[in-house]
Formats: sequence, C-alpha cells, structure tokens
Amino acid sequence: MLRLLMMSAAASAVLAAGASAETLRYATARDVYGLDPHGVTDSFTNIFTHHIYEPLVRYDAELNIEPALATRWEVIEPTRVRFFLREGVKFHEGQDLDAEDVAVSLMRMVNEKSPMKGNLPGLKAVEVVDPLTVDLILDGPSPILNNYLTNAFIMDKGWLEEHDAVAPIDASQGEEGYTTNNANGTGPFKLESRRPDAMNVLVANEGWWDTPVHNLTRIEHTPIASDATRVAALLSGEIDLIEPAPLQDAARIEEADGVHMLENAGLRTILLGINHGDTLVDGNVEGNPLKDVRVRKALTLAINMDLIRDKIMRGKSRNTGSTIAPQVRGHTDALDARAPYDVEAAKALLAEAGYPEGFAFNFNCPNDRYVNDEAICQAIAAMWAQAGLEPRLVTEPRQMHFQKVDNHAVDVFMLGWATLPMLDGFSVLSAMLATTEGEYGTFTPAGYSNPKVDELTKAIATEMDGDKRSAMMVEALGLAKEDYVWIPLHQQPMSWAARDTVEIPQAADDLVRLWYARVAK
Amino acid sequence: MLGFLVRRVIQSVFVMLAVALIAFLMFRFMGDPVNSMVAENASTEERAAVRERLGLDQPLWLQYGRFVARAAQGDFGLSWRNARPVSTLLAERFPATAELVLVAAVLSLVLGIPLGILTALRPRSFPAQSLQLISLIGISLPTFVTGILLILVFSVWLGWLPSFGRGDVVDIGWWSTGFFTLAGLKALILPSIMLCLFQLTLIMRLVRAEMLEVLRTDYIKFARARGLSNRSIHFRHALKNTLIPVITIFGLQLGGLIAFAIVTETVFQWPGMGALFIQAVSFGDVPVMAAYLVLVSLIFVIINTTVDLLYAVLDPRLRVDGARGAH
Repeated sequence: MLRLLMMSAAASAVLAAGASAETLRYATARDVYGLDPHGVTDSFTNIFTHHIYEPLVRYDAELNIEPALATRWEVIEPTRVRFFLREGVKFHEGQDLDAEDVAVSLMRMVNEKSPMKGNLPGLKAVEVVDPLTVDLILDGPSPILNNYLTNAFIMDKGWLEEHDAVAPIDASQGEEGYTTNNANGTGPFKLESRRPDAMNVLVANEGWWDTPVHNLTRIEHTPIASDATRVAALLSGEIDLIEPAPLQDAARIEEADGVHMLENAGLRTILLGINHGDTLVDGNVEGNPLKDVRVRKALTLAINMDLIRDKIMRGKSRNTGSTIAPQVRGHTDALDARAPYDVEAAKALLAEAGYPEGFAFNFNCPNDRYVNDEAICQAIAAMWAQAGLEPRLVTEPRQMHFQKVDNHAVDVFMLGWATLPMLDGFSVLSAMLATTEGEYGTFTPAGYSNPKVDELTKAIATEMDGDKRSAMMVEALGLAKEDYVWIPLHQQPMSWAARDTVEIPQAADDLVRLWYARVAK
Repeated sequence: MLGFLVRRVIQSVFVMLAVALIAFLMFRFMGDPVNSMVAENASTEERAAVRERLGLDQPLWLQYGRFVARAAQGDFGLSWRNARPVSTLLAERFPATAELVLVAAVLSLVLGIPLGILTALRPRSFPAQSLQLISLIGISLPTFVTGILLILVFSVWLGWLPSFGRGDVVDIGWWSTGFFTLAGLKALILPSIMLCLFQLTLIMRLVRAEMLEVLRTDYIKFARARGLSNRSIHFRHALKNTLIPVITIFGLQLGGLIAFAIVTETVFQWPGMGALFIQAVSFGDVPVMAAYLVLVSLIFVIINTTVDLLYAVLDPRLRVDGARGAH
C-alpha cells in the first residue's frame, strides 16, 4: 500500500508538471468475448471489463482486498452482510451510483440464466437499506464473500432498464444484448470504441473517484492471435505491452533493445489427477492398479521436476508438492515440500504393489491450455517409462481433453488450477478433492472419496473464524496429500513482455491491471 | 443459358446441404465448448444445464436438422463465443476478407501475366532465369513462412509497414474499407503479398508454359511469314489463346485465395472471416463454424458458375456447342 501511495504521489507530481497524453498500446492473444460484465466467466474478459466496471471490493496489485465502490462493510448476522457505498461515485454517462444499482447488478449476476452465477454462490437477495447502504442476504455464513465480490461488477439500473438489458445475456438463445458492445461503468477507463477482433479503445475517466496511480490517457487494445506476429509487433515498436509473451521467444525478447520480459511464477498450479475408479480406461491389466496408494506414490517419485523446470520451463516455474500456490490461503511449507525424485524407490514401490513389470494406462493432456503442457507430458511419460510403466500418452486440444475429464474417460490427466477468483484453499477442496456430488467435486478424480476431507470441506464452507478455518484447510489438504490423489507439478510462469518505457506490476493471478500501469515519455 | 443457371442453383443447394452435413459430422470430434463457457469451478449440474440449453445433448441428426431449418429462414443463430448473431459477425468481417482477396487477386493477375510473357519471350535472359528461380521459391515456400519473413523484414528490421491489423478504416454504410486511408493501404501491402504470392507464381509459370506452347504453333509461324510485327503476334494472336486456361485456373484459385486467407488473416491479425473461423474452431463455436463453411461453399459455387459463363464469352466454340446442345 505504501508503494502505491508513493506511486500515486509520483503520479500527481508528473501530472502537475503537465505531462499527459500517454497512450498504451496493448496486445493479447485474443479479444474479449464481449463487454457485458456478467456475460462470461472468462478471466481475461473479466479483468478487461474491470477497467470499465468496478466491484464493491477489489484486489490491489499485491492481491489484497481493498475497498472499491463500498467503503466499509460489517456482518450484521451470519447471513446478512451490510455494505456502505462510496458517496459521489458517478457512472461514465453521468448517473449517480446508489444502492438500487448494486441490488440490480448482483441479482443480475446470480440470475438462473447468468453464466456468472457460480462466481457468487450463496447470494439469496439484496435489500436496499438506504440510498448508500445495502444488505446482502446469504444462504449461510460465507467466509469468502468478499473474495467472490471482487469479481461482481456494478452496473447502472436506469441504464440497464433503458436498454432493455436487466436480464443477463444467454448465448444459447435469444438476441444480441446491448451490453455486449456498449459499456457504462464507474471504473478508471471509459469505452471509446470497439471493433471486435481489431481494436478496443479505452480513454481515462477524468471523473474517477479514486486517485489514479496510472498516467495513461488512452489504451489501445489489439488482439493478435499469432505468437510470432505479437512478438514482432512488440519488437517493431507498434505495441508497448504483450500478454502472453511466448516462452520460446523469451531469449530473443531479452536480447532486443528497449524491451524486456516480465516472468514470475504465478498462482496457477499444474497437477496430474489420478483415476481412483474400479477399472482403467485404457490399460492392460485387470482392475485398477492406480487405486493402490503405493502405485500413486511411485508415479509421483518417478517424476524429475527439476529437470522439467530447467529444460522445459527455462528455470521460470516453481516446483511444488502442494495443490495450491504460496499466495493462497491454506498454504504451508510442509504441504509445499515435494517428495524427492527417486526412480529406484518408485520401482520398489511398484514391485511391492505387485506390478514389478509395470502396466499400461491412459495419460491425457491438453496441448493448447497451459504453458508447455504437451512438452511436460511427453517428458513425464518418458520418466514413467524409465520406472517400467507404460503410459499411453494422448495430447489434444483443450475442448477434447476437458470433455474426457468431465466424463471420467481418463486415467491420469493434466489440470491447472489457480483458485480464482477465491484465492483460497477451499476452491481446491470443494472442486477437486470433495466427493463428487451436487456442487462439490466437479474435477475430483473418479472414485476418490475421503469422508474426513468431505467433513472438513463442509465445515470450512461456513466457518467464519479465520484461524480455525485455515487450520482445517491445512488438515484437509494434508490428508489429500497423503492419499496421493493429485500429483502437483509446479506453478507455471506468467510471461508478459513490455517496452522499457512501460512500468506495470505483475500480480500472481496473471491478470493485467492497467490502472497500475505507467508509461514514461 | 437460363436452364444452365437453374441447374446450377439447384446443385448449389445440395452442395451447401452436404457441406453442412459433413461439418456437423466433424463437429462431434471437436470436443465440447461447454468448458470454455462456464466458470472453472462450475458444478457438474451447471455444465449439464448449459449443454442442454445449447442442444448438445441431442442426437446429431436433430442438431443438423435444426440448423438447416433455421438457416433456410436466414437465421444462423447466436455465436456461443461472442453472444452476437452469426450473420452480423460474418457481415462485419466480410469486407476485410473481400478487400484482401480482391487486392491479392488483382496483384497476381497484373504482375503474373506480364512476368509470364516476359519469361516466355526471352527465356534465356538473366531476368527471366532469375524470375523462374524466385517463382520456384514462391511456389514451394509455405505461406505462413513467407508471412513471418515479410513481417521480420518490413516491420521489425525496416519498420516501414505495420505487422498486424487493417490500419484505419472508413465506414461506408455497413462496409468498412481500408482503401481510403494511408494507414489502411499500408496495412494491405504485406498481407496481400503473402496471399497472392503462390497465385502469382502459378499464373506466371502457367502463362509462360502456355505462351511457349502457342508460339510453336503453325498459325504463329504463318503470322511471322506474313511479316506481322512481333508486338502484334505476341499480344494480339498468342496472348489471347494463352488466356483461356489461365482464366480456368484463376477461377479455381480464387476460391483457394479465400480459403488461404484463413492463414494470412491469422498471421496478420486481419479481422476477416478466416480469423473469425479460426477462433470459432479453437472455442468450439458450432454456429459460427457451420455458417462460415456453408457461406464459403456458396462462394465457391458462385465463382465456378461465373467461370463457366466466362468460357462461353471467351471461346466461341463453346457457344456453338451449347447452342447445338439446346436444340
């Protein structure tokens, strides 16, 4: 926070000196899906709309929650949380922000047809107390309500009604919504123009309620799908900031004058899930050897992650033994420790489990989803072969990979998990470790069920005491670690590149927040 | 003539139905767009609900039937990725692709034919020999490699031309054009060179081969014997007869230009239909993919029909045959 204050002090100094008209030209691999802040759950689209629309509370550059449209909040009852809105906030078209806007926006987001409703679970109703106070009525106590709210953007009620857009957009039917290509928020930037897949232009909102850290007057966002072209546009000086910067071009970018790489290990943890069902999907033995914890441990020990980090990830990944990154609540060093690579021990464990000759199984990976996903899987397949196993590697585009994962048609599969937007271990427990049932366990490997983990997960969902909650998360994650349900690999590196004139913090969630960006002359 | 056109229209309907059917058969192997449409932590039930709303749980023939029934009424549905009508998306992108293909086609003709003539008339000269060599490179180098090379040389090293996009465009009604601004014209140069290169070398080599063939024929020898000027022999007599196969190939290749525009548009981030299609493929956006494929098959049918009609204009023999056949 101190750094931010200093930066904003510097900003006002620069503004006072009369320097302005700073344009940032920004290129990404694809365009936003649309501008409706409740229209899609895509995190890139969401962070782009965050420049225009704002939530009640937001993440700062270090991913701490800070007040945004709400100045403070208090828990009145476990299921009633009161938010006090900031005074004098205006939408870009001049409307005043009031409690009705918050009520309509949040209910629009959790509407039955809204694709975003999963990002704000447990919200039953919003009650307007007075023009600047709202109560959020919840199903049950929600310890991470504010984490969810960082992604819940507020729109103007009158504007929505005027354009017949109070109901959310549903891509599966109906007509085009006004909000897909038009925007009216309270955020640091206003939409000037949008040409899908060609250019989105944002201009600074002079009437923003917050003191800007950024010194931009204009953002020109261009999607450039081809990696090579995106890098060329940066090198030729047509673009100031690219995200992502392909890892294979990192050396070239570092060598070039006037541009640099921004590379840090992010939040997204890459893991391999293991089928716990009664049979293998694609095996050559009876039953499922993977049900034996010794076999799962052998799979873990046989992977040399240091080699993968050094040879495939250019030394930029962070190896881990945990299902969550260090920035996520529930992390401990003990969980993070990785069992050392030991192929002989792996062989011994396989022999002990009754498979001295190894066995065959399906190994499914995406080839267009995570950083170097295909190369990592090929390397791991080779390492397992050294331990005497016979992985049958399939690498395919993400839609096909995840369809198989959904249908449990995989034995060992790759998944990356960033715990966004929660930034909380509960995300992993509820989606990847709890027994598959209802809203729980969407990605839990087939057949895995640990009653103690389930019990803890349900308790964590409603526990309001922070310390108790963290302790329960550590316990549950520890149990799952001993079960070898998932093989954690690493936190993958985030990779952006920028001209040397651009200064921007790279938050661990890999999201570009241009309201912290500064461009030097 | 009328009968020919009516037959063609009926044929084209069947072609489009077949293309749509093949497309739907292929979409099954494309995987599932639902994962891109819901939150990462969405529950299994939510996923199933989205699948149901999109009709992905229904049998293939039903999905196909519904698409055809709605397409017949001009309704291609809403894009799953952009939540906008597919017809609007295609109409928005069409001008970009049309202008790029037009420029590339004109370039390939305007440069290809004279260069072909040059290499045919002076086959042993140094320019002709080097052009032959260069054309060999042009015809064998994959287009995306030439595209990247062009960007490297003219954008990164020399900094003369933009590496992506259409520059500034002007809207004339619903048509957005890059022809009337300097930035728009500059942006056209590299993509149209990349797109026309294969076509250009093909036409050049074809004109050369045809021309050499024609120059050996008796009527040319006779024309020489009559003491006609070289210019008259080459351009009035020889060139005319060279052009018939060139038009056939050009017509067929025009469809190829539209198809290859996918690669060019991806390399140069040209906001045309091809780029839209590639995005739809990577997302699994079935309505956009289906509509694009049907539209492209329609364009192919129209081009081929036009080429067939042009033959009759160029070649009097075909007109006579056609007239006889009609009796």
